Amino acid sequence: MNDLIETLKAQIIEQLNLAELKPEDIDPNAPLFGDGLGLDSIDALELIVLLEKHHGIKIQDPKDAKAIFASLQSMADYIIANKK
Amino acid sequence: MIMEATIVSYCKIKNNTIWVNGEKINIDNNSVDFTAFLVNLYRQMNLNYPKFFKMDNLCKLGILAAEMVIQNNSKSENFEKDKVAIFLSNNSSSIETDRNHIKTIENKNDYFPSPAVFVYTLPNIIIGEIAIKHKFTGENAFFVSETFDPNLIHTYASIALQSSHTTDAVCGWVNVDGNEYEAFMYYIEKTNFNKVGHGLNMPHTAEMINELYN
Repeated sequence: MNDLIETLKAQIIEQLNLAELKPEDIDPNAPLFGDGLGLDSIDALELIVLLEKHHGIKIQDPKDAKAIFASLQSMADYIIANKK
Repeated sequence: MIMEATIVSYCKIKNNTIWVNGEKINIDNNSVDFTAFLVNLYRQMNLNYPKFFKMDNLCKLGILAAEMVIQNNSKSENFEKDKVAIFLSNNSSSIETDRNHIKTIENKNDYFPSPAVFVYTLPNIIIGEIAIKHKFTGENAFFVSETFDPNLIHTYASIALQSSHTTDAVCGWVNVDGNEYEAFMYYIEKTNFNKVGHGLNMPHTAEMINELYN
């Protein structure tokens, strides 16, 4: 799990161009949107692409996205539960 | 001649050289790499605007040039931001990001168009980025032309300034094609005969714009 969290941190920083952030700055349990990392709607789309491109997981029901992308931890939980 | 507006600040960025209101600005760690040059300039200006890093190079260049004319126009923060217009132009549209977008979709076996890339496949998004950062909600227009056309921008801005909805405008040229880039931006404000003007107070004429550009 810890390896996956670290991988996700690096992927998010690269994919979302968060150049001023270091992996250690990201709290796995902090909200990704709003007060946490302050991501926006384009970032949300980018996270969906990230899941598919790097982890082979396609979100089937868009209504699930809010819960999946609540935090880095929830993303990691979803990847582990849905990895084929 | 009744002067409708004055140019209160201007800047030029080209070949890793920056001029603001006629004065050359020195950059720390000047780099020949365009992206590194933009990041160095951003850090030197202490902008503290993380969204900068998400932008393509065209928008980064536009944001920095706009920042220079806005920071150097001696205006207070109390002007009406809903009356600030933005009129920009360039030659290469959003060609650099268009090329980057194509790279993400040219291989059908690795087809992952990036929202963060294709959102910048229109040149007028520079205007959006400047407007968002400064909360400007006035008129705007973006033109694509072979070369910078002072007459076109001057005419358009002059018409806008005749309206009560526009008191100020950020105008100019922001072009990026590979490592070739150029920004020329200037800030104009409607002449207010009841107040002392801000900044340089140069006449807003096509001739003056052309002189500053060259």
